[in-house]
Amino acid sequence: MLAGLKAIVARDLRLSMRRRGDVLNHLVFFVIVVTLFPLGVGAEPNLLRAMAPGILWVAALLAAMLSLQRLFAADFADGTLEQMLISAQPLGVIVVGKMIAHWMMSGLPLTLLAPVLGVQFDLPQAALATLVLSLAIGTPVLSLIGGVGAALTLGVRGGGVLLALLVLPLYVPVLIFGAGAVAEVSGGMSAAPHLSLLGAFLAISCAVAPWATCAALRVAYD
Amino acid sequence: MMLEARDLACERGDLRLFSGLEFALSAGELLWVRGANGSGKTSLLRLVAGLSRPAAGSIHWRGEDIRALAEEYARELLFIGHSNAVKDEFSAEENLAVSLDLAGRRSSAAERAAALEQLGLAARARLPARYLSQGQKRRVALARLCLAADVPLWILDEPFAALDARALDTVVGLVDAHLARGGAAILTTHQEVTIAARARFSIALGD
Repeated sequence: MLAGLKAIVARDLRLSMRRRGDVLNHLVFFVIVVTLFPLGVGAEPNLLRAMAPGILWVAALLAAMLSLQRLFAADFADGTLEQMLISAQPLGVIVVGKMIAHWMMSGLPLTLLAPVLGVQFDLPQAALATLVLSLAIGTPVLSLIGGVGAALTLGVRGGGVLLALLVLPLYVPVLIFGAGAVAEVSGGMSAAPHLSLLGAFLAISCAVAPWATCAALRVAYD
Repeated sequence: MMLEARDLACERGDLRLFSGLEFALSAGELLWVRGANGSGKTSLLRLVAGLSRPAAGSIHWRGEDIRALAEEYARELLFIGHSNAVKDEFSAEENLAVSLDLAGRRSSAAERAAALEQLGLAARARLPARYLSQGQKRRVALARLCLAADVPLWILDEPFAALDARALDTVVGLVDAHLARGGAAILTTHQEVTIAARARFSIALGD
């Protein structure tokens, strides 16, 4: 089963490397959105420092969401998903593998890129470290919950907007506690409660999201 | 008796495609599903593959309901549908490796090369599939058949579509060999081909 999981992750990563443009696009999107805010609200250092956690998290959320449609759509279009449904691997293993690969190609690069953009907002060192930590815990949740949405909107016309409407409300708690953790540290307090809650969200979505995604995929084919 | 369908019915939206369909398939037998476009051939094959749920009735594999068997049934089954499940970004060789991985079958590079050669793709094995023609992509999907000797049930939806005469002969030969080994096969095709099965049934849908 673990070998099967590794094979799926490796396959999806290899596929992403062949479509490097797609991966780069949403990273560039992330950088541009974050950069637009100082231009829009003006270069007032205190204001920007206060807004930075929220801006970085919202931008990361949108960038992660942009890449969600790719999660199943291509496999659905060319019939690979069909083969996955009747694969010798349990569908759950395949779904988890695809979510891990999705995170490695969206959440992980965002997490690594975020501190560089944080410097642009003059975030203190401790806040930058918390930003990375909160994104590291929070972005897998985005891939997991997003997977459910991507599976539910499979083959639906105008699925992109529907996906956003479906998934964004579910991202709200992640946003609140993710950005909250960074804001707490900037204000000189401990981020532990926020990070623990983020961890709890991660645990819950690990347990529920793959299962819900499998059910949604089966419905899409039934 | 390997595969048995009992009182099968299929609906697409409000349209009832067929109902009360029964058949049984034993080792070495071939089921040929015929019918006009839209008569439900593909739907029947998808039901048998376990991709969709019948509106009524059930399908049994060696006596057990395929719903209950889940992956155990999937391991005994090779399904090649209308879509080739071939990724444009991967080469023919990689595509074959991925589909075998999904089927839970270990394969060596030499085995895969031999399979692709058998279908006349040796020279293009390393080329990204987006440079292949429709017929060549179909052959990449069908190359799995060369490495599926131990899979008892083959379900092939229009396997001969887009193939040239030589590839068609090769695929017919593969199905022949499979039936001779004691495997069973279900297929749809609009082409007239001769397959030497021990027993050959056909179902005509839409009559």
